[in-house]
Formats: sequence, C-alpha cells, structure tokens
Amino acid sequence: MIELLTAFLLLLGSLLMLLAALGALRMPDLLTRMHATTKAGALGGGTMVVAVAVFFDDGAVTARALAIVVFIILTAPVAAHLIGRAGYFVGIPLWEGTLKDELKNRYDPETHTLASEDSEASSGSTEKRDHD
Amino acid sequence: MPILDWAVTATFVILSLALVIIFIRLIKGPSLPDRVVALELIASLTVGFIATHAVATRMANFLDVAVVLALTAFLAAVGFARYLEKGGERSDD
Repeated sequence: MIELLTAFLLLLGSLLMLLAALGALRMPDLLTRMHATTKAGALGGGTMVVAVAVFFDDGAVTARALAIVVFIILTAPVAAHLIGRAGYFVGIPLWEGTLKDELKNRYDPETHTLASEDSEASSGSTEKRDHD
Repeated sequence: MPILDWAVTATFVILSLALVIIFIRLIKGPSLPDRVVALELIASLTVGFIATHAVATRMANFLDVAVVLALTAFLAAVGFARYLEKGGERSDD
C-alpha cells in the first residue's frame, strides 16, 4: 500500500514538473513563463519530497521532508516576485495580448522612479476643502 | 515492489524529458530573466531527481542534499534578480 502511494506521488510530481517545463517552453513572454514554472514546479517538487516521506515512514525523514516542502512553498513566490520585478525594470517585452499594465506610463526606467498620478488629485481635493 | 521499481524508472524518464525541454528554453531564452527562470526550474527538477534517487536506493540521507540544493537555488535566484535590477547587462544577445 505504501509502495503504491509512493509510486503515485512520484509519478504525479514528475508529471507536474514536465508540465512546468512544457509551459516554460511554450508560453509567449517572461511573466507567463514564470506563471507556469513557479506554481507547477513548486507543487511538483513538493509532491516528490512528500513521496519520499511516505516511503520511508520515519520521524526524522518526515521532519526533513516537511522542512523542504515548507521551504519550497515559502521561497518560490519570493523568488518569482524578485525575478518578475527585475525583468520588468530591465524592460522585457510583454506579450501583445497583455490586457493590463498599470505601471505603463508611470514608471521611468532611466531614473528608476515611479510617478504617482494621483498626487495632483489629492492636492486638488485638499484645496477644495480649504475653500469650503 | 515491481510497481515501485517501474514507477521510479518512469519518473526518471519523465524528469529527464522535462530537463531536455527546459534546456531548450535555457538556450533559446531571448533575455537573461528567461534564462534565470529556466535555471530555477532546473534546480527544482534536480531536487526531484534527488528525491527519486533516495527512493530508488532506499537511502534517506539524500534528502539532506535536496535541502542544500533548494537553499542554494533560492539564493542564486535572489542574486540574479539583484544583479539585474542594479544595472547589469540590459540584454545578453
């Protein structure tokens, strides 16, 4: 029974990893590629480590496996956020079907600053309140 | 037992296939961040290889290697991101 469960988890994890690799190959731009690799890759890796914990059925091994899973779950989003942010700042081209880019006319890649468009609006509202 | 041996072999085959596919992206990747993403997935695939090898050889000690590799891969991703953001090469053509 334990062997059956281990086999299932190993195959599931490796198939998820294959899916992540396929997504990274086929997706059109950096952010969609990261969307594929980060989630499917982290889930696949975690599933395979859980398979090891199930197979050995030992306290020390389970603790180490759990540590790896927690570490993967904690670090995958952080690393993806950092790389996506760096990629945007470097100026990677977005996919032509991208619907929303909220930083488009606000971020200045030369000075590395973000212009806030609503600063004028808020000052205008305070002016109006003073007038009242 | 034969089911597990068969599954371990199949897992090795699938992981190798994934490694080949992501290697194509690593070579093609039009920009440096694409290559960093590919390298990160390669590190995660290697963690999977180590886990499968631990089951294949019945040696649980290999999990320590997986811990170290996961840690190093995260540090490498952070380092690359910092290098890109603080003005590295804008393109690597």
